[in-house]
Amino acid sequence: MTSGGGLRAPAPPQSFSQMFTHCADPSQLEGLSWLLCYLTTGKQFLFYGSFLIVIALLVVTAPVALLFGFGGALAARSPILPLRLFGKGYTSMVRGVPDIIFFLFVPVAMDQGLEYLRHLWKCPPSDAPVWANNEFNVCAAAKIPLSTSPQIWHEAYGFALAVVAFAVVFGAFAANVLYGAMNAVPRAQLETAEAYGMSPAQVRRRILIPQMWTYALPGLANLWMILIKATPLLFLLGIEDIVYWARELGATKSGIYAFPHPDWRVWYFLVLLGFYLGMTRVSEILLGRLTARLSRGQATMAGEAMRKAGA
Amino acid sequence: MKKLILTAAALALSAGLASAQTVRMGTEGAYPPYNFINDKGEVDGFERELGDTLCAKAELKCTWVTNEWDSIIPNLLSGNYDTIMAGMSITDERKEVIDFTEAYYPPAPSAYAALKPDADMKGIVAAQVGTIQADFVAKSGATLLEFPTLDDTVAAVKNGEADAVFADKDPLAAFVTAESGLQWVGEDVALGGGVGMGLRKSDAELKGKFDAVIAEMKADGSLNALITKWFGPDVKGF
Repeated sequence: MTSGGGLRAPAPPQSFSQMFTHCADPSQLEGLSWLLCYLTTGKQFLFYGSFLIVIALLVVTAPVALLFGFGGALAARSPILPLRLFGKGYTSMVRGVPDIIFFLFVPVAMDQGLEYLRHLWKCPPSDAPVWANNEFNVCAAAKIPLSTSPQIWHEAYGFALAVVAFAVVFGAFAANVLYGAMNAVPRAQLETAEAYGMSPAQVRRRILIPQMWTYALPGLANLWMILIKATPLLFLLGIEDIVYWARELGATKSGIYAFPHPDWRVWYFLVLLGFYLGMTRVSEILLGRLTARLSRGQATMAGEAMRKAGA
Repeated sequence: MKKLILTAAALALSAGLASAQTVRMGTEGAYPPYNFINDKGEVDGFERELGDTLCAKAELKCTWVTNEWDSIIPNLLSGNYDTIMAGMSITDERKEVIDFTEAYYPPAPSAYAALKPDADMKGIVAAQVGTIQADFVAKSGATLLEFPTLDDTVAAVKNGEADAVFADKDPLAAFVTAESGLQWVGEDVALGGGVGMGLRKSDAELKGKFDAVIAEMKADGSLNALITKWFGPDVKGF
């Protein structure tokens, strides 16, 4: 084509960096550039960051809950009576009381309990009662974290309380699963170990626990899925998780905000739906592989299926 | 993560020096123009600016914390923060549980809004849970429908769950626009004794400090200037 009035190459698209400086005045923007500016505001990044909080909760709570579960299961099987009562009591009580009560009670109780202990240790003796008039009053040095601490410590502390609350509840369910799995290990295996001269502790460590996993895995996999679905309860504990931000960001925004918009909660909750379905699918795949690996050589249906498939 | 803080340094308490305690100001963050979370993720609004000014005048270090409206008073009593500045009206019922400073915003009118001008104000009315408006609706003989945030109450009217919403006029005004379809219905109702800062009853010293600086701001007109800045010239100040 010749020049002058003919075809011209289209203007090059604006670079992203140009788009971001344009975000300084949202009222001048329309359409896609408004949307891109909206999706990159500081508040939206808090939303994206909260996904990491949820994943961090899962990654931290699962081992802690498993630990509590182990403790509970071994206690329930113990020959020492008080320990056995504690183990059985722990599983029954937590399984019998609605989870939400633990999620609301444990953080408050632990927080006040720890601050009370510090009060006894650090505060000058005073007559004022700690619990009075619906208030909880300890001197400023006893507070955890201190009021002068940076906000990140307050948030980390709140998160830690949430992890403990989740671990207490899911630990009880895990204890039940592990208790059943330990009982399912064939007695013949344990008897053979005893015949070899192993002490009870050695039998437990070398034979019972390694063999128990294949029986425990279906129950624990189920618990993991339930834990994933329970993470929105973080929102009840005042932690700013994905549900909190989805509600906050989706709600109608009037002109007082830089980026006004109508009720967009449907879209935000669809994103949450996608996230949870994705997590569930990935978990299913990984747990399936783990089950296959643990079933090799076992006297279970899964083991038998693998032998037949190999033959 | 939570909102921006004013001070981030950790201090050690040393004998002899006045202990530099940080006052934690609690707010809701979902009630513009009193308090809201701006697009940078920080607490913003009339109460943020007023709170920062009061702290500066009283020579206190303050940080801001947000908390859901439902549990805002119990968490104050538990010690999670030290004050509440969340558009909370001074009422006798609340005075039984916490103390208030003097009002920093005069009693604001509350109003009904609905999709139709002839909506039944004695039918199903939506209000935010735990507010004086919810109380008023319950006593007026209408069927009360409560929601955790102001947004949810307006959404209920828009989707037909409720006939009307009854709320503070200023925050509700943001939703009563030509495009939303909502319109004012009936007369304004004056409720409550003005908006004040909530404190624990055992914190008399802190209350004294804030009362003093609020009175100072009323006397030199800076409080009225702030009210006009955020709420417009129509609001009668102090």
